[in-house]
Amino acid sequence: MVAKASDSGKHIIEASFKLERVNETLESSFTLDVDFSIPAEGVTAVFGESGSGKTTLLRCIAGLEQADSARLTINGDIWQDKVTFKATHKRSIGYVFQEPSLFTHLTVMGNLSYAFKRANKALNNEFYKQIIKIMGLNTLLAQKVNQLSGGEKQRVAIARALLLKPKLLLMDEPLASLDGKRKLEILPYIEKLRASFGIPVLYVTHSIDEIARLADHVLILQKGRLVIQGNVSELFTNINVPLLSRDEMGTVLDCDILKIDEQWQLMKVAFNGGQLWLPVRLDILPDSQCRLRILASDISVTLRPQSDTSILNQLRVKIMSITPEIEGATTLLKVKTGATILLTRITNKSLSELGLVCGKIVWVQVKSVAILG
Amino acid sequence: MNLTPDDIDAIWLTLRLATTVTLLLLVLATPIAWWLAKTQSWLKIPIGALVALPLVLPPTVLGFYLLVFMGPNGPIGEFTQALGLGTLPFTFSGLVLASMVYSLPFVVQPIQNAIESIGDRPIEVAATLGAGPFDRFFSVVLPLAKPGFITATILGFAHTVGEFGIVLMMGGSIPQETRVVSIQIYDHVEALQYANAHLLAAIMLCFSFIVLLGLYGFQRKRSGVGLHYGG
Repeated sequence: MVAKASDSGKHIIEASFKLERVNETLESSFTLDVDFSIPAEGVTAVFGESGSGKTTLLRCIAGLEQADSARLTINGDIWQDKVTFKATHKRSIGYVFQEPSLFTHLTVMGNLSYAFKRANKALNNEFYKQIIKIMGLNTLLAQKVNQLSGGEKQRVAIARALLLKPKLLLMDEPLASLDGKRKLEILPYIEKLRASFGIPVLYVTHSIDEIARLADHVLILQKGRLVIQGNVSELFTNINVPLLSRDEMGTVLDCDILKIDEQWQLMKVAFNGGQLWLPVRLDILPDSQCRLRILASDISVTLRPQSDTSILNQLRVKIMSITPEIEGATTLLKVKTGATILLTRITNKSLSELGLVCGKIVWVQVKSVAILG
Repeated sequence: MNLTPDDIDAIWLTLRLATTVTLLLLVLATPIAWWLAKTQSWLKIPIGALVALPLVLPPTVLGFYLLVFMGPNGPIGEFTQALGLGTLPFTFSGLVLASMVYSLPFVVQPIQNAIESIGDRPIEVAATLGAGPFDRFFSVVLPLAKPGFITATILGFAHTVGEFGIVLMMGGSIPQETRVVSIQIYDHVEALQYANAHLLAAIMLCFSFIVLLGLYGFQRKRSGVGLHYGG
């Protein structure tokens, strides 16, 4: 899903929080000091190590934590400033906590109706059915909460938050309490959520993979301060991002699925700058969209298009920048095709032998099996 | 051997007292328990200790001070006289007030424990789902803390039925006003009516045993934890 520029400029979340907490028993203190504005659409990931203030930021936005000084506006509505403090229950938010936080005294249905009984707007039956369907809850409705698996609980919690039709959905590491298999089970639901409802999401995580799959926009926090913010594709091609490890650098692409080749189990996708073949994925989103992540080390460079190669994807690109890496033997190239910047890592030897310079037109090869879902 | 009309009056009075005290205490103790469970204030410890005092004080000490405070020259006594209510000692209302003080920790502490064990999370979740403070209390706290409230009700009721010293100090033995079962038994024994005393005492014994049986059974079913009314 390519983020569309808002026409009025009103769909924007502006936030500024300052807060200091001194923990006397641990003799430590924590400071949160952030000021940012982000588009009120798509998924904005809040990324950082534990203790960087991600959860505190989310709690401030929800009004669960009182900052020392704060300002928060959503699409022009003031939720908090020097004189205003909207209580949590008056803020149009949905909040999905890190651990599944269903009410244990209610059934799944009871948990869902707790939300829609309190929603400002009368519940639209279609909307309700859509949520139940997308979150896959049909068979769970009558169950007691403690009969559900961790992943199921979290799906119910997400559905419950969505039923309020919030102006902003806050998700605090919703996958962190789940094991690897359950994570894979629930990620597609969150991807669908992103594609199906026009609700902006603030998504706290410390997983690069989740950002690559879900986020449109990223805020990076370090020790309570905002160090970088930007578009997810900019982030992954930005070689100066401190928290991104060398192996994680690459490119994130939003693609439309053009066709599926049943015989070879491949699909052809188009992005803003070319087309790629890749193995068919099982969890295709509505509207035939999908998101890809291509690591810098999975792209190679040739001077001419190759014909006798096992690699299916070749793109004609222009070299935009050349940055030697600190570790010595390799160099990162930024290359451009259409409106898209790709990041590729090659050895210094190849750089010299191919005579690559900025502005040169070359071909890059992307191995289909190397494209991450 | 049958119950005398006085005995039946004493039983009715005891039940009326215990019911009134329990209902009033649930209303009074809930906000106190809530505050004790949630506050970060340094006052939590002294207030908590004050609430727990009746657990350790001899009822005569409590009764004595209540008598002094509610008497004609005590601050509460002067206040009630100024309102035209007379003084409280040796009246049913006085007994209700004294019993409330005496049974307070038995109602506050189970509720406080239950609220503490719920934690903040369900309440925060309810707030994010659009529930205001009272809504949160009735839709989340009350159902989740129900075992605590039931324990508090049973203990408050049973403890009020079982009191003696404080009634003796504050209420004396006025038929249909302050002469509860425990006082009636005492009066029977004073008058050497052992058979009458025996009958009432046996009723009290059975009542108390059944109440505790029910309480233990209930708590065991809920969570397997033992009787807990202490902090």
